[in-house]
Amino acid sequence: MADEVFFSMRDIDKDYIMGGEAVHVLKKITLSIEEGEYLSVLGPSGSGKSTLMNIIGCLDTPTAGQYILRGREVEDMDETELARLRSREIGFIFQNSQLLPRLTALKNVELPLIYAGVSPRERRRRAEAMLERVGLEDRMDHLPTQLSGGQQQRVAVARALVGNPALLLADEPTGALDQKTGAQIMALFQELSDEGRTIIMITHDMNIAARARRIVRIIDGVISEGGSAQDA
Amino acid sequence: MLKKIRSTFVMLRECVVMSLDNIRGNKVRSFLTLLGIMIGVTAVIALITTVSGVSGSISSSFSSMGAGTLTVSVSGSDLKSGMTSEDLAEVSALDSVSGIVPSISLNGRVSYGKTIETNVTVSGKNAYYFIMNEDLVVQGRPLNFIDDENNTYVCVISREMVDTFFFGVNPIGQTLYISGLEFTVVGRYEEDTGGGVAAAFNGSPDIIIPYTTAMKINNSAEVNNFTVYLKEGVDSETAATEIENLMDRQFDYEDDCFTVTSMSSVEDTMQTMMDMMSSLLAGIASIALVVGGIGIMNMMLTTVTERTTEIGLKKALGAIPWQIQIQFLIESFMLSMIGGLLGVLAGLILSAILCNVLGTSFVLNTGAIILGVGFSAAVGIIFGWVPARKASRLNPIDALRAV
Repeated sequence: MADEVFFSMRDIDKDYIMGGEAVHVLKKITLSIEEGEYLSVLGPSGSGKSTLMNIIGCLDTPTAGQYILRGREVEDMDETELARLRSREIGFIFQNSQLLPRLTALKNVELPLIYAGVSPRERRRRAEAMLERVGLEDRMDHLPTQLSGGQQQRVAVARALVGNPALLLADEPTGALDQKTGAQIMALFQELSDEGRTIIMITHDMNIAARARRIVRIIDGVISEGGSAQDA
Repeated sequence: MLKKIRSTFVMLRECVVMSLDNIRGNKVRSFLTLLGIMIGVTAVIALITTVSGVSGSISSSFSSMGAGTLTVSVSGSDLKSGMTSEDLAEVSALDSVSGIVPSISLNGRVSYGKTIETNVTVSGKNAYYFIMNEDLVVQGRPLNFIDDENNTYVCVISREMVDTFFFGVNPIGQTLYISGLEFTVVGRYEEDTGGGVAAAFNGSPDIIIPYTTAMKINNSAEVNNFTVYLKEGVDSETAATEIENLMDRQFDYEDDCFTVTSMSSVEDTMQTMMDMMSSLLAGIASIALVVGGIGIMNMMLTTVTERTTEIGLKKALGAIPWQIQIQFLIESFMLSMIGGLLGVLAGLILSAILCNVLGTSFVLNTGAIILGVGFSAAVGIIFGWVPARKASRLNPIDALRAV
């Protein structure tokens, strides 16, 4: 369906020094994704999938290899440029939602816009619209502790989307949820994908990964194309 | 450009709100931390305000009692131990001099009936003293030239003495025994000293008798201390030189026979001492501010460690390092400023109380307030810098992994 390349990676290596020894976490990763794709990265824990997500999300830079995101070389950006890129292009969703406990749902959703320098009124308007979008219009002024796990994760989705990023990057988005609420979140992802948003989901759960249109597997830092959901 | 300034402003405002939230969120810890700054600023302000109040009252009493006067104290030489009446007359005859008041002190035992007081300060002065201080005597009459000339046994006594010896009785015309000699009380004077501090410097006597009588009691024909009243518009330094020249001749050019002191030079010395004292005390108090700053730094470092996840998350959401740094810097700045402002308030209250106790006037010292607030702002920024830098340098991945 999609036509334009969203990002492409070639021969990405990532080494960590642990206890004086270099550990090769990622080995010669080559991966491309097009605008509007819905991809899951499937792998067991310790396979390097979180490291891959960090590199895709520009939270980390590769040791070697080439990474081009929307036509820009990521490897020679400094921290400030990376932050600006994250702010514009990428919305993160973490396993345990990672909401700031002292802020209301609305304020949590507003957070990325603060760093993007959006005016308070505009911020509020967009955050409200996004919370409505995920079905939490009556929970805006609740603190995270007053929300259920599923609601918290929906706030996190709203926060990831509020800056209108091109890419939604989710790390085990249903990991901390029961099956029913997990399914709700997956349905929300499906909707977003149908709207044409690019989504990458990292998971160790085959059933969750199967929701995506395309699956890649990662084992011991080596990636392999896993075919489509139909094949799986 | 304008948009950039605007968005920076928006972000700064958000930082202030978030900082206040965080400070409120840790009420006890925040309060204990800012207590250090508060105590430091309180000490600085209280000390500066109190010392300047005291020095103000001292210098005003100095200038009130010392305007246009010189104090001469004579130690004398081997041949001549003091000033004779002829010497004094010569000084008095100088062009710049309006008059002189000898001062002879006796330390006497004073009694009236069964009441006996030892260690009463009795001072021999002349009529001219009462002419120069015409409001001094409030009841009866002052000493006059006839008393001086005839060395009469009369005295003028202070209110305190009236309370001691003649409580509830009219003192005028009563008889007092000073060093066993019979004196008639002719007047009562009210010390016009304007506060305890000045009185201590003035050394007002309890009883004043004619100086000629005092000399007779002392069995001496010479005067060792006197005050020179200058004519109006005469420069005290020039007059001092003139008197010194005359007295040099009187003492046959022997060295170190006398000193002539002008009140203005005493006042200057006093002021310099007070200023030194003030800065010394403020310096000591500012050690408390540094200690308070270390407290803030400690709390901020703890906060950064505690909020590692939050910092990582904010970075993942697009916060650039500078924005994280400014947020933590604002937090320590606010913490320090709250402490500083509370300290200013406490310092002013404390110094108002202290000034009241010391009997000096309370003057709002803007310099001290600016110093206190400025100091705490500086402390907040300086000691917040390292923790804020640490926060801004956290790697978002490590930060997020710390969950």
